Amino acid sequence: MEKKLVLHFPPILVDKPMISTLIRDYDLDFNILKAFVSPEEEGVLVIAFSGTEENLDKAVNELKSKGVTIQLIESDIRMIRDRCTDCSVCVGLCPVGALILDRETYEVIFDAKRCIACGLCIKGCPAKAMVSSI
Amino acid sequence: MKTIGEINERIQKGEAVVVTAEEIIELRKTVSPKKLAKEVDVVTTGTFGPMCSSGVFLNFGHSRRKIKMGGGKVYLNNVPAYTGIAAVDVYVGATAMPDDDPKNTKHPGEFKYGGGYVIEELAAGKEIHLEASSYGTDCYPNKSLKTKITIKDINEATLYNPRNCYQNYNVAVNLSDKTIYTYMGVLKPRMGNANYSSAGQLSPLFKDPYLQTIGFGTRIFLGGGIGYVGWWGTQYNPSVKRQANGAPVSGGATLALIGDLKQMSPKFLQGVSLTGYGTSLMVGAGIPIPILNEEILNWVSISDDELYAPVVDYSYDYPNSTGKTLGSVSYGELRSGKINFMGKEIPTGSLSSYKTAREIAGILKQWIKDGKFLLTAPVFHFPGPDSKYQFKPLKEE
Repeated sequence: MEKKLVLHFPPILVDKPMISTLIRDYDLDFNILKAFVSPEEEGVLVIAFSGTEENLDKAVNELKSKGVTIQLIESDIRMIRDRCTDCSVCVGLCPVGALILDRETYEVIFDAKRCIACGLCIKGCPAKAMVSSI
Repeated sequence: MKTIGEINERIQKGEAVVVTAEEIIELRKTVSPKKLAKEVDVVTTGTFGPMCSSGVFLNFGHSRRKIKMGGGKVYLNNVPAYTGIAAVDVYVGATAMPDDDPKNTKHPGEFKYGGGYVIEELAAGKEIHLEASSYGTDCYPNKSLKTKITIKDINEATLYNPRNCYQNYNVAVNLSDKTIYTYMGVLKPRMGNANYSSAGQLSPLFKDPYLQTIGFGTRIFLGGGIGYVGWWGTQYNPSVKRQANGAPVSGGATLALIGDLKQMSPKFLQGVSLTGYGTSLMVGAGIPIPILNEEILNWVSISDDELYAPVVDYSYDYPNSTGKTLGSVSYGELRSGKINFMGKEIPTGSLSSYKTAREIAGILKQWIKDGKFLLTAPVFHFPGPDSKYQFKPLKEE
């Protein structure tokens, strides 16, 4: 199974090789979707792990025990429905079809489960209806 | 065949047959134009998209110790207003932004707040911080003032938009190798997406291509209230090339719109911001088309599959005014979510909200059916294709 996570590393952990240890110890594959160090020197890593369910749970627990804060990706990018004008300019930008225009009602729908948190919609939305807590 | 007077009589008796532009297209598939032209009185249209050439004239009333804001400086929530008019009149434009906005110093800039947002918040009845400074005169001695206002406190708030309702508009693509940030949105490299900005078959001026029924003084839906066509719009171009059905192949006509902001709603006037470009205002407008004869009926029945937009490269051709278009695509294809263009399947996105355009056409239809909204004949008609009126580029030394 696959788990997409947003990991927040406190400054003290930023230079530790945590991910490489993790993938070796728990036999995981990984795909880094986004990585940066914030002005507060907190490390932010958007990553998809795949492996057995048991190993994924163990890996998540290990990260937590070392002081990494974990968010599921779905909760990280949100649509503020009140601001969305249903213009659909985000629909052509989204690389994974997480933003869809219903061709009957012409309402824009955000399918958070498909989102890979690339952030293109945040830059692309004129109404600033797509927001992230990263 | 029918006159506006006759249609208005039927509206007042509650007998008028009013349908939206989408509904007439459906009806036209099964009913003859002759029959429809006879039976249908009005077709309503709608559009809701970013229209930068928009703004509001405000009159604040005088403070006890008077100040001449005219020629001074005025800020509304930190956004500068134009003061080059009388003592307490100003104009706030949709693209105005705070003096300390970082703009594109770190490209692409975010442009978090600007005139479009001030207009939305005024319409919403929110409190706005007003700051004014000036030089002092014998009759206007006060030199500075800070207060809070709402739309209810001030005298007039008149929306006056020099250019709205573009008849047709470009489809923007990016032929370069890097992402660009434009007023047509974020454009991915190598034609990774294509952005358009028109309600197509619902858009007012596509439905009356030669402006036979729309002119100075036409009563319309504007921002949720009643407004009027106040002049022909800037960059007006009736001499544009046309398709066989009369629709312009590019830009074409535009309208200046005017109305009382106090009647309007933030639902149909929303501040927006285009990353790397600046702020703007989404404006909702709807125009009723009286079905005076069969020719007008045929125009309003034109569907998205018969309306075409030019595809323009915004990485080079647009910024350098080469005048080159890469080709054209139908609004039917654009609205389907992808176009097949230059051998590539390209996902599309619209800056104009089709859902809200449909809603506006529906509201206007209801107003007319309820007898609350009567149609107007133009006080005068705007220059037509025979006028030789053209849209000129700037002469540079």
